[in-house]
Amino acid sequence: MNKTVNNAREAIQGMKDGMTMMFGGFGLCGIPENTILELSKTDIKDLTIISNNCGVDDFGLGLMLQRKQIRKMISSYVGENAEFERQMLSGELQVELVPQGTLAERIRAGGAGIPAFYVPAGYGTEVGIGKESREFNGKMHLLEHAFKADYAVVKAWKGDTAGNLIYRYTANNFNNMMAMAGKITIAEVEELVPAGELDPNFIHTPGIFVQRIFQGVNYEKRIEQLTLSK
Amino acid sequence: MALDKNQIAKRIGQELRDGYYVNLGIGIPTLVANYVPEGIKVILQSENGMLGMGPFPTKETVEADLINAGKQTITYLPGASFFDSATSFAMIRGGHVDITILGAFEVSEKGDIASWKVPGRLIKGMGGAMDLVASAEHIVVAMQHTNKDGQSKLLKECTLPLTGVKCVKKIVTDLAVLEVTDKGFKLLERAPGVTVEQIKAATAGTLIVEGDIPEIAL
Repeated sequence: MNKTVNNAREAIQGMKDGMTMMFGGFGLCGIPENTILELSKTDIKDLTIISNNCGVDDFGLGLMLQRKQIRKMISSYVGENAEFERQMLSGELQVELVPQGTLAERIRAGGAGIPAFYVPAGYGTEVGIGKESREFNGKMHLLEHAFKADYAVVKAWKGDTAGNLIYRYTANNFNNMMAMAGKITIAEVEELVPAGELDPNFIHTPGIFVQRIFQGVNYEKRIEQLTLSK
Repeated sequence: MALDKNQIAKRIGQELRDGYYVNLGIGIPTLVANYVPEGIKVILQSENGMLGMGPFPTKETVEADLINAGKQTITYLPGASFFDSATSFAMIRGGHVDITILGAFEVSEKGDIASWKVPGRLIKGMGGAMDLVASAEHIVVAMQHTNKDGQSKLLKECTLPLTGVKCVKKIVTDLAVLEVTDKGFKLLERAPGVTVEQIKAATAGTLIVEGDIPEIAL
C-alpha cells in the first residue's frame, strides 16, 4: 500500500470532466493550494464543486472560475469574488447556497454512511422549499441529504505515509469531514513524515480516509482580512 | 440621545453571564467582546472552528491559519480549542452555545429574522446564520431601530427573505431594548432621553408598553 505521490500533478490523475469534487478550507484558510493551482492548469471542466467558499478572483478556487472549469458551486458564502458574481448573474455558473452547519453535516453524513438527516436550520426560509419537513420535540426540521464526491481534496499541516492528518489552528474547518466523503481523497500537507513519526494520540483524520498524500510546495497562505491590534 | 454602536454593544454586554459560551456575529456584535462586564468570564466561539477566541494579533503574532468567521486574523486565549466545522455546528445545533448575538435587516414581532439576502442586490450567502438562529436558545439581535431611509426595521412581518422563524428573543437598538413576546415587541428600556412616543413612531410592529419604561443604564 503506497499512498504517497510526488506532487499535485500525480495526485489529480483520474480527474475528469463532469465530476463532483470537494475542496477543504474556510475563506482562504486551509485550502489545498497546490492541487487547485495544478487543476487550474488542466482543461478539466463542467465540475460540481462543494466548498464553503469559492476563493477570491486571483487565488484559490477563483483560479478555476477564471478558466470556467466550474459548472456548479455548492457553498454557504460566496462574496469577495467579482468573477463569481459575473458568472452567476450571466447564468454560466449554477449556485446552490447551503447553511454552513448543514453543509458541514451533509458532508460528514456522506462520509459516515448516513443518507439523510433532519436539522432545524432553514425551516421556514427559501432553503426549505421543496424539502420534506417534520416536527420533532415541538420544533420543525428539514430533511437534508448527504453529499459525496468523486474526489475530496484536503489540506493538512502534517501528514504521514499512512495518510494520518493533523491540522493547524482554524485551518481544519471543512477538511476533516471532506476527507471522509471522497471516493478518492487527496491530502496535501505542509510536512509529510514516515508512518510512526506522528503521535497517534493527536491524529485528527485517521489514514483510512486518505488515498493519496503528498507534501505541497510554496504555500502562500494568503490572508483575506488582515486585522491587527491597535 | 440614541445609542451609538459601541453603546449598543455595551448594553448587550449586560446580557452576558459568567461562564457563557458566546457566538458573536459580524458588525456591532463583534464589538460586544470589548464590553464584557468586570468579574465575568465568557468564552467566544467562532463557527469556523474555535473556542477561546482572543483579540486581534500584532504584526509579530499574526497567523494565516488562525482566523475568525469574518475571516479576520485573530489570536487564541489559554484554554482554547480548535475543531472541524461539523463539531462546531454540533455545538451550535446541540444547544451548547449559551447566547448568539447577531445583526439583522429586519425582525418581526413574532421573532422572525431577515439578515442574509436583499433581492436584486448581490447574494453572498447565509454562511452560518441560519444554523445559529434555528438552534440557539438565546438570540439577541443588535441593530439600528430604523434603516437609512428612516423606515422601521421592527415589523409585523418581515419583507425580506427570512433567515429563521420565531427565534429572536431580545433586540437592542439605538433607541430601545425590546423583548419578543406572544403579543408583540415588549418595550423594556429606552435610550437615555428618548421618549416612548419616539420609539412608538419608529416601530412598525406591535409595541407593548407597560408602566414606566426605565432608561438604559450604561
